[in-house]
Amino acid sequence: MTMMKSLLGAAAVIAMSATGALADGPAVIFDLGGKFDRSFNESAFNGAERWAEETGGTYREIELQNDAQREQAMRRLAEAGSNPIVMAGFSQASALEVVAPDYPDTTFVIIDGVVDAPNVQSIIFSEHEGSYLVGMMAAMASETGTVSFVGGMDIPLISRFACGYAQGAVAANPDATVIANMTGTTPAAWNDPVRGGELTRGQIGQGSDVVFAAAGGTGLGVLQTAADEGILSIGVDANQNYLHPGMVLTSMVKRVDVAVYDSFTAGADGIEPGIFVYGLAEEGVGFALDEFNAELVTEDMVAAVEAAQAEIIAGTLSVHNFTDDGTCPVEMQ
Amino acid sequence: MDKMPKWADILLIPLISVVLALFASGLVVYFIIGENPFRAMAIMVNGAFGSAYGWGYTLFYTTNFIFTGLGVAVAFHARLFNIGGEGQAYVAGIGAAIACLLIPWPHWSLALLAVTILTSVFGAAWAAIPAYLQAKRGSHIVITTIMFNFIAASLMIYVLNNIFTIPGSAETASVRFPETTHLPNAGEFASFLGFRSSTPLNVSFFIALVAAVGVWLLIWRTRLGYEIRAFGHSETAAVYAGINPIKITMIAMLISGALCGMMAINAVQGESEQLRLDFVAGAGFVGIAVALMGRSHPVGVCFAALLFGMLYQGGAELAFEMPAVSREMILVIQALVILFTGALDNMVRMPMERLFLSFRREG
Repeated sequence: MTMMKSLLGAAAVIAMSATGALADGPAVIFDLGGKFDRSFNESAFNGAERWAEETGGTYREIELQNDAQREQAMRRLAEAGSNPIVMAGFSQASALEVVAPDYPDTTFVIIDGVVDAPNVQSIIFSEHEGSYLVGMMAAMASETGTVSFVGGMDIPLISRFACGYAQGAVAANPDATVIANMTGTTPAAWNDPVRGGELTRGQIGQGSDVVFAAAGGTGLGVLQTAADEGILSIGVDANQNYLHPGMVLTSMVKRVDVAVYDSFTAGADGIEPGIFVYGLAEEGVGFALDEFNAELVTEDMVAAVEAAQAEIIAGTLSVHNFTDDGTCPVEMQ
Repeated sequence: MDKMPKWADILLIPLISVVLALFASGLVVYFIIGENPFRAMAIMVNGAFGSAYGWGYTLFYTTNFIFTGLGVAVAFHARLFNIGGEGQAYVAGIGAAIACLLIPWPHWSLALLAVTILTSVFGAAWAAIPAYLQAKRGSHIVITTIMFNFIAASLMIYVLNNIFTIPGSAETASVRFPETTHLPNAGEFASFLGFRSSTPLNVSFFIALVAAVGVWLLIWRTRLGYEIRAFGHSETAAVYAGINPIKITMIAMLISGALCGMMAINAVQGESEQLRLDFVAGAGFVGIAVALMGRSHPVGVCFAALLFGMLYQGGAELAFEMPAVSREMILVIQALVILFTGALDNMVRMPMERLFLSFRREG
């Protein structure tokens, strides 16, 4: 070891001076999916990139290698002076609970999770509101009166999608039947496109002709099967309309990029601690319209959905949130 | 008669191998990524040893690797290739969680004792089935232990989804262990060295060192250790000498599994203070490289563990300081070190042996 040390010692001194100058810019920590997952993390990455392009600023980033690294990644960024530090994913919550009190002068933002600390902003999306809108569109597009839902891992967050979707479907067509399936109870359920396709076939067998996938990588199998079998599908998180042009009715977009962009723009001093909800009003969730689904979406649909959207924003229509009490007012099969 | 002095066997050869590996890594950094390899090396070394913060993480990883390295080394002495350190440590984590969550301990030292016992029992139990299959049925230990890694991974997912869960959260982790089970970390017992209260280095580092001494005593100073070595050198000769091969296979693997399992003391009770998915993070496999590089000798294992601790911590720093070096590139560098120190060992060993022999003839 001594030999190696003396060999590298001289170089170390040079490097220390080179790496000493760190800017106190913002930072983002991506979850295990990696920043090019075409979904949640990539959306966060796009938000950070947009900020960098518009302001010319630089930001630091860490792609986690494994679950055990979360705490170290947060500490490393905080020690280096990055502020604010944005982290994507509910899995970061328990590590952040420990780290946040150690760095009271650093502002942390967690997306999709809730951490109660004076220097943490927790960003939650109103997935139930966005799902409600695409549920309405699904029921209006359906000819059989049966629509379906494929979830990833069976967790309350995904039930929030399912419940909002079912409420929207029933609101548009009181006689609508909603079928819901979860892919599994383990994290593997997020990346099982084959099983997603099987579930979709099963739902088609029960009469469904529009399927909504909120299942990460599994959803790609759902969309593929729906396109193969000639029924409509609905994408999630990012705008996935382009994946199967003319076969994807719409996508329930969740603007993680907006959350990251807003946090970076606000800066450490502009971020207020507490829980911040990105709903329809904040354009945190919504449905996607573009050239790929223009032929599928009728004017009636747009009118009905926009009316509902306005009512939800105005507060005259409230969509039940599954995670408030763990129940759903609409029955699903 | 040994061809080389012991110090050359345990320290010099690994050192040359590491220098070669770092040279190869430097070529990769320079030609593939296009960054200055000296700067990359400097960042790694400085990130690992340049501050109390770096030392804290380096020695934390070192502790993990000493445990798994010793575990694999004990099995090596009986010529058993325990690839299952990963799974044994993983299952031992369940033992640590049981000890910490189910019993309200009045003091951390009692909790530590219970966790030490339970992690070694769980680790040994996970090694027991492959050991039995090897001893009685001749099912190859490499195949069975690696299969048990996968079973352990599935078991952990079940446990974290159904038994140890955080109410109201989708996170795959157990709740935090109570305050009284928290092990003192270096920030508490060595704050004069500059360690902060957030450092992951904790008292289980000393348990690892004690375990290293224990393994040395076991292998070279006890009758059982002699039997394990005899069995490892030649099974037929050992049987002829009256050594029961079934018994030695079982005992060597149980000790190996227990040592690998004790890694969970450091990672679960010491650092994360909760049971988390994937807390082993490859330490079981690194243990194989550590044991190979340390020539299955506790002193060699400790130094090799320090080297890999440096690679882990320095690698994280490198990915952080040089965005062009992705997390996959760090794996390549670590893999090169394993390749040179483990698989290509003879490339350095044979010329060195010849060199030492020629010295001896002249002397």
